[in-house]
Parts: sequence; structure tokens; C-alpha cells
Amino acid sequence: MIALPPYADLLGLRRDGERDGMPVLAMDFGRQVLGRPGFLHGGAISGLLEMAAFAALRTALGAEEAVRIKPVNVTVDFMRAGRELPTHAVGHVSRLGKRIANVEAIAWQENPDVPIAAARMNMLPVRG
Amino acid sequence: MSDSDHFSSAIHAGGFEPTQFIETARMHGHSGKIGIRYNGHGDDWVELSFDWHEKLVGDSATGTTASGPIITLMDMASSLSIWVRSGRYIPQVTLDLRVDYLRPARPHHTVHGRCECYRMTRSIAFVRGQAHDGDPQDPLAHVAGTFIFLDNPA
Repeated sequence: MIALPPYADLLGLRRDGERDGMPVLAMDFGRQVLGRPGFLHGGAISGLLEMAAFAALRTALGAEEAVRIKPVNVTVDFMRAGRELPTHAVGHVSRLGKRIANVEAIAWQENPDVPIAAARMNMLPVRG
Repeated sequence: MSDSDHFSSAIHAGGFEPTQFIETARMHGHSGKIGIRYNGHGDDWVELSFDWHEKLVGDSATGTTASGPIITLMDMASSLSIWVRSGRYIPQVTLDLRVDYLRPARPHHTVHGRCECYRMTRSIAFVRGQAHDGDPQDPLAHVAGTFIFLDNPA
């Protein structure tokens, strides 16, 4: 079980099962994640994607729980407007090296095959 | 007044007023939850900021602010910079945003984010910016992004 930080509580994130062995995070619609009227804020979607990416890397690190994770950068592509619906996100670790991890995450609402946004992150696992 | 009306009232017929827009957004939605406020603007840039708060922490061990609020800050400052440059409100959405995290934000420090719109075409606006927590010469994040206009006049 991966502990989520206070910022995840602000977004109202919760664990909602897993896909391909990686934790799925869910974020309900509400004023706390509202952007322009009727739509999700891009920043809230980005926050959700980053949390899903962190959770995926933390899962991939497994027993190496003492490792700290530092984000190097993130690129977020916004594909569709986030509507007044619950949003889900899951991360995928495409490469976990000694010094750098490449992690992607996608976010969707009703259908995982119809993503509303995707993120690519480079992260530094800091061991010891 | 509905949220739409609140946002509409922040848009003047003769131009775009970022101060009122931010004050409106403070009361409604995600940026208000983070506590984002207006600092200043010029012809093609807008600066916003938010204070450190426990609820924004991404790493409980260090008290470092999560990266999410910084993205929200820069997304919003970018978006506003397009409207101040164009002098009017044009419906737009973020197409992509890249953030380089140069260093962690220091706990208990206010984060300032300044973004500029440096190029506008009929359909796309290009933005860039930096965030710092006290010293603009020591930035903590660098941002580059694009926005797409929803109502293409072409």
C-alpha cells in the first residue's frame, strides 16, 4: 500500500484498484478541481497524473522503500476537456535504471481507451 | 450569479482585467483551493503566487510542496498572459505543458510564477515562464507550453 501525500487529499484522490499491476487513482469532480465553469482544471489533471506516475514508480521499486523520488520534469498533453465526471489515472514505468526512471501516466473518465490527458515524467530515484 | 457569469464579468468589453479574473477564480475552484493570487502583469506577462501550506505538501518527510500546485500556478499564469497580450478574452485550452523542476520549493516560502506569451498565431499561443520562491535569479521551475484557441477566427 502506497501512502499518498497531503496534496493528494486536497485533490480528493483515492486508490481504486489496479491495472497491469499498477495502482489506479480516482479523483471525483468538485469545486476543489474545477477550472473554467463545468470543466476540470488542467493543473488538477496534471496533479493527478503526477501522483499516478509517482505511485507507479513506488510500486516498481517494491522492496526498495527507502528510496526517495525526485521529479526532474513532466510533459503533459491535454487531449480532451475534463468534464464533470470522476477521473482515473494510472502510471507505467517504461524504464527503471540505476539513476533515472522514465514513467508515463494516462488519465481518463468513462473509458480507459479514451484518455483525456497523458504525462511523461523523468524521475530520479535517490537511493541512500 | 452562476460561475459562468462570474467569469464573464471579469472580461471587460474593452480589454482583459487579470486582477478581477483571479479574484473570481479564488472563490471558485482549484486555483482558489491552492490560494493562488495575482501579483502583477505587463503587456505580455502575468505573475501569480501562492503561499506554502501543509495541505500542498507532496513529500511529508521534507515538507516540500508537491509539483501539482506549481503546474496549476504556471498553467494559470500562462493562460492569463495570452489574454493580456491579446487584450481580450479568447476561449482557449492548454494543449501541452512541460515543467522542468530545477530544485525543490523551500517549505514556508511563497512561490511566485511569471509566464509570458511570446508568440501568437491564429490557432496557437506559445508560452514560457519561471517560478521562484524568493530570488528570481534562483528559479525552482521552468515552463514551456502551448495553448489552442477554441474559436478559430480564420
